[in-house]
Amino acid sequence: MVGLFARLKDGLSKTRQGLVGKVEELFTGRKRIDAELYEELEDILIQSDVGVDTAMDLVEAVRAQVKAQKIDDPAMLTDVLKEQIAAMLGSETEPLNLQEGSLTVIMVVGVNGVGKTTTIGKLAHQLKAQGKRVLLAAGDTFRAAAIDQLEIWGSRVGVEVIKQQEGTDPAAVAYDAVQAAKSRKVDVLIVDTAGRLHNKANLMEELRKITRVIGRELAGAPHEVLLVLDATTGQNALSQAKLFSEVAGVTGIALTKLDGTARGGVIIGIMHELSVPVKLIGIGEGLEDLREFAAGDFAAALFESR
Amino acid sequence: MAMFEGLSDKLQATFKKLRGKGKLSEADVNEAMREVRMALLQADVNIKVVKDFVNKVKERAIGEEILRSLTPGQQVIKIVHEEMIALMGGTQSKINMASKPPTVILLVGLQGAGKTTHAAKLANLLRKQQSKRPLMVACDIYRPAAIKQLQVLGDQLNIPVFDMGNKQNPVDIAKAAIEHANSHGNDLVIIDTAGRLHINEELMGELRQIKERVRPQEILLVVDAMTGQDAVNVAESFNRELGLDGVVLTKLDGDTRGGAAISVKAVTGCPIKFVGVGEKLDAIEPFHPDRLASRILGMGDVLSLIEKAQENFDLEKAKEMERKIRKQELTLEDFLEQLQQLKSMGPLSSLMDMIPGIGGNKQLKNMELDEKHFARVEAIIKSMTPEERRNPVIIKDSRKKRISKGSGTSIPEVSRLIKQFEETKKMMKQLTGNSNLMKKMKKKKGAGLRLPF
Repeated sequence: MVGLFARLKDGLSKTRQGLVGKVEELFTGRKRIDAELYEELEDILIQSDVGVDTAMDLVEAVRAQVKAQKIDDPAMLTDVLKEQIAAMLGSETEPLNLQEGSLTVIMVVGVNGVGKTTTIGKLAHQLKAQGKRVLLAAGDTFRAAAIDQLEIWGSRVGVEVIKQQEGTDPAAVAYDAVQAAKSRKVDVLIVDTAGRLHNKANLMEELRKITRVIGRELAGAPHEVLLVLDATTGQNALSQAKLFSEVAGVTGIALTKLDGTARGGVIIGIMHELSVPVKLIGIGEGLEDLREFAAGDFAAALFESR
Repeated sequence: MAMFEGLSDKLQATFKKLRGKGKLSEADVNEAMREVRMALLQADVNIKVVKDFVNKVKERAIGEEILRSLTPGQQVIKIVHEEMIALMGGTQSKINMASKPPTVILLVGLQGAGKTTHAAKLANLLRKQQSKRPLMVACDIYRPAAIKQLQVLGDQLNIPVFDMGNKQNPVDIAKAAIEHANSHGNDLVIIDTAGRLHINEELMGELRQIKERVRPQEILLVVDAMTGQDAVNVAESFNRELGLDGVVLTKLDGDTRGGAAISVKAVTGCPIKFVGVGEKLDAIEPFHPDRLASRILGMGDVLSLIEKAQENFDLEKAKEMERKIRKQELTLEDFLEQLQQLKSMGPLSSLMDMIPGIGGNKQLKNMELDEKHFARVEAIIKSMTPEERRNPVIIKDSRKKRISKGSGTSIPEVSRLIKQFEETKKMMKQLTGNSNLMKKMKKKKGAGLRLPF
């Protein structure tokens, strides 16, 4: 597990240089804890895409601690902030809801271009490596060559793909896929869906229908509805989470492209303001770079010195 | 939940507070600016950009201007709106065309921004608008099925796609594509590249090499409108490495407030040239800073403000116009002014429908409403001397010849305009006699519409 932690640290190095680096610079460069320092801390947090509300909450929490513990050395604030962020993230790890001994259906949803198909490819690879029998469903029948993209992933990681032609009703693909998964006795079926903007009523209705069909064909399914969020996204992420949850009952978030953004702070905002747990994070392009999100490790890695 | 509240709602609420007072104190402005700052931050405008912006607005607001104004709240909205438009730059959706074809456009950006889709949208748009013969080039050899995606889009639009599979170097593919375009008569080459992180040195190097080899006229950064604070870093890096010519803002049909647009423009200085507004392949539009500013600010208020301003402005002019019409003192100068006002108000046909009384007037209804025709009329009048405009009777053959040359039209066209003008004057006289119509028109605030053509 040491290797894993190192990779996580490495993947988050940009975040560290961004958020934590700036915070440390601020705290060590000051002699006094004053209003100006708090204001700058708030700015740094906002700049990390933590979100305005969460940033203000965090600063408020730090302020309260400073008062309670009668801290007057700015250098000590690093630890205070770290504790507050860790508290916000919690230490709970919420693994994927996989059914023991029976079929698990995972549906993957999100707006356009967040990395749904790639996430599915990586997830399929990892589940297969755990000895599970995995089947994929090419439910993005809209975007040009989305089916091909999933098929390439399928052959790359060695799992089969249920597909129909471009333009077919995705609910029909989902129906077929559930039937195939049942008859082939696979362990996990992962259903891809077309990217859609959450404010498009028709497309969201389509998603509702897919969910309904899956649920009708297999009681309790989909067991996991993963919302894929791009870590580069700003405050719109919250709107996405809210609307996708309303329509498709999102059970977990997969946060992708976390390696690229110098931020990563978005995860703090998401954990703080949304009731949906982050379950997976994408921290690189490699097949192994999709990780189960462990809040405790994340907070630690965030502040680990280089 | 506060965070889902639109920026416009927030600002409107703030400005409502302002509007309740007669005059603005510095404290009032500060209060308003706190809300503006907060709202902009929640719209994902970069914090540094927000700071500059707020300071600028504040400086303008706590000045003379605001104290002299009768409705300070509206004045503040106007300043915020104007500064926002100024920050985002003008509408600039021109593509630099090569003097010697083909023109090469290179699309770059992060993963999932919408490069491939917008390669197709752009090719389609430029083919339609400028009769270009585009070639799309598949240089994304990394993402599975990216080449196929471009091919499918090419098939849908019937636009050729150049690819060399995913085993060749993108730099070589780009180079070969230019040769292909040359030998196949394609005067526009749009290169789709793989999405990459701005901090990935190897892949950024690849883009630099492509630029070196194909010398594109336009390097466009494709940016997701939902991007957060990091938009500035992304734009800055791509601009530093490649020297951007413009930005394509995608997924603006979502419910994002699009603050990234302001950030990107502010840090790179590059114009936002196009926006993606839907999944269909014709869902691409030129960028209108005023529209986005209005989207951020709350269109209704701004519009009513401007309308009011126009109303006040027009009322006096309208009175003067009425007097002139009655006394038959109308000149071609007035004619030109009316023409320009009319043009600024939108599509003519819909405007004509809005004028009460027109429906019953056959003569007016059959009037030709060709906007291009208006442009020629404008050119003709502008080619006249002030004296000629005031007194068209003096325009004889030699003057007509000069005017037609100056305006790029013909002598018959000039004659026709003068004749038309005289007829219009007569018709106006008739209309003035129709008191009912005049009364209706007086109520209507679009006073610029009095003069029919």
